Amino acid sequence: MFASCADPSSLEGLGWLMCYLTSGKHMLFYSSIGIVLLLLLITAPIALAFGFGGAVAARSHFLPLRWFGKAYTSMVRGVPDIIFFLFVPIAMDQGFEWLRHKVKCSDWDQPVWQGNDFVVCPAAKLPLSTSPQWIHETYGFFLAVLAFSIVFGAFAANVIHGAMNAVPRAQMETAEAYGMSHRQAFRRILVPQMWIYALPGLSNLWMILIKATPLLFLLGIRDIVYWARELGGSKTSHFDYPHPDWRLYYFLALLVFYLLMTSVSERVLRRITARLSHGQATLGGEQQRKAAR
Amino acid sequence: MSCWDTVREYGLRSIGIGERLLPRTDFTLCEHVTLIGSGMIWNLYFGILALFFGFFLANAVALAKASANPWLRKPAEWFIYLFRGSPLFIQFFLAYETFVLLPRAGIDIPLGFTTITVATSWLSKAWAGALIVLFLNTAAYSAEIFYGALRSVPKGDVEAADAYGMSGWSRFRRIIWPTMMRLAWPAYTNEAIFLFHATTLVYFSGFPAFQQRGDSLYYATYFASKTFNPFIAYPVVACYFILLTLILITLFGAVNRRLNRHLPQASRSRIRLRPQIIR
Repeated sequence: MFASCADPSSLEGLGWLMCYLTSGKHMLFYSSIGIVLLLLLITAPIALAFGFGGAVAARSHFLPLRWFGKAYTSMVRGVPDIIFFLFVPIAMDQGFEWLRHKVKCSDWDQPVWQGNDFVVCPAAKLPLSTSPQWIHETYGFFLAVLAFSIVFGAFAANVIHGAMNAVPRAQMETAEAYGMSHRQAFRRILVPQMWIYALPGLSNLWMILIKATPLLFLLGIRDIVYWARELGGSKTSHFDYPHPDWRLYYFLALLVFYLLMTSVSERVLRRITARLSHGQATLGGEQQRKAAR
Repeated sequence: MSCWDTVREYGLRSIGIGERLLPRTDFTLCEHVTLIGSGMIWNLYFGILALFFGFFLANAVALAKASANPWLRKPAEWFIYLFRGSPLFIQFFLAYETFVLLPRAGIDIPLGFTTITVATSWLSKAWAGALIVLFLNTAAYSAEIFYGALRSVPKGDVEAADAYGMSGWSRFRRIIWPTMMRLAWPAYTNEAIFLFHATTLVYFSGFPAFQQRGDSLYYATYFASKTFNPFIAYPVVACYFILLTLILITLFGAVNRRLNRHLPQASRSRIRLRPQIIR
């Protein structure tokens, strides 16, 4: 990075440390923080959409759809989420490949399951074995996002379903008295009012989501845990920057990173709660009304 | 090989009794169920011990956090913030790296007349190291629950105790603590359930599985990586955990009924499962 870093073995003390911390691999380490933030930013809206869909399905008047919604909302209750994180990417990957296999290689006569192997025709492989490395990595990241979205969508569906039930019955009755149809009452009355009831649960979920991001490591993504282990491990004199086992310090840095993330989010969420309580028929809203007078 | 033979050979495999080699080819459903079930021993071990010891520490930390003395309150607040604000996964890694750095031969503590050697190598093994992390982690989460409950003990209860001339320890033991437990119990049940779920992380977070003695998810991943078929192994673990969750709800529900037995039916608090405190 810097010109003075050309020959690391001649460096000492602070200069060495500065060159060490700006080496190419460390730049990858810092950019993997971006991967974590990217995962958070992509997963949160998708999970919210899944959760909204699940909650609406669980309230549906159409029986099979209601069953599906109920099953989805209760799926995460008794089973550790990490099982889903391990299961969903493999299952989805095989599902996609199997579908492509059916479409692209209809003349393939061998079974897909051969003993201990899952074999599809080369044209159905996802991603194709000829595609460059970054496509493989993006596909892995896509599967991870899907797993996170499905699991956190189920959590969010739980929260939103509860929030929809928490909107006072009188509000819906008033909407009916005004002659609104089910659909109108849902869109104009229920959905705008439920957010304040959903917010405590959703902000909790956001914290859980932040704390679940190191699990990316288990899905084979090169995230911050991967780089912390990789860079921290002891380096012999073959390397440019030899050092003993420093993984402890790297993980301490990760700990501080996550503590900062959670405490910053806590502050932001407290602001949003105050904003959303404004003018609502809840204790928080009532307090704001009295304070303003 | 009949299923009964499999159970005899692999039923206690996770604690090192029975067949040494794991099955390698022609996996049967029976092998899945037996080996993963044997791995549940470790999940139960971590969960039960961490929950038991964590309960006492959580009570102490909750009281310290509610204390007026800043020398007690501040450390308790920091302890809770540290363990609730960071991912359990990172805590496992950090603890493992710390324990590994301890000298293998043990630490010598000179006492003047003699020197005692404290063995430290067992700390980097999963059975001790991971248990310590889980113990501290659940203590922090439960302490926050207990602290919240302590804050919401009705004022009238405490005033009534004062009127009876109770004070100090007897007031705490006979009035405040039972009410605190009663209020905290539904949330504490959730904490217990998610602690058991969190035990599946142990063998994925640095702690090595000595001689392939791992927990249920360790074996499930073993099967899934050998067969490339996630549709058998993972549902089997899931079933075990649903069963475990139901047992936990039954046990904690019985305690909840006992804590609430003096109240009229309508005002008893029910246990509702809320996925709010996963790590």
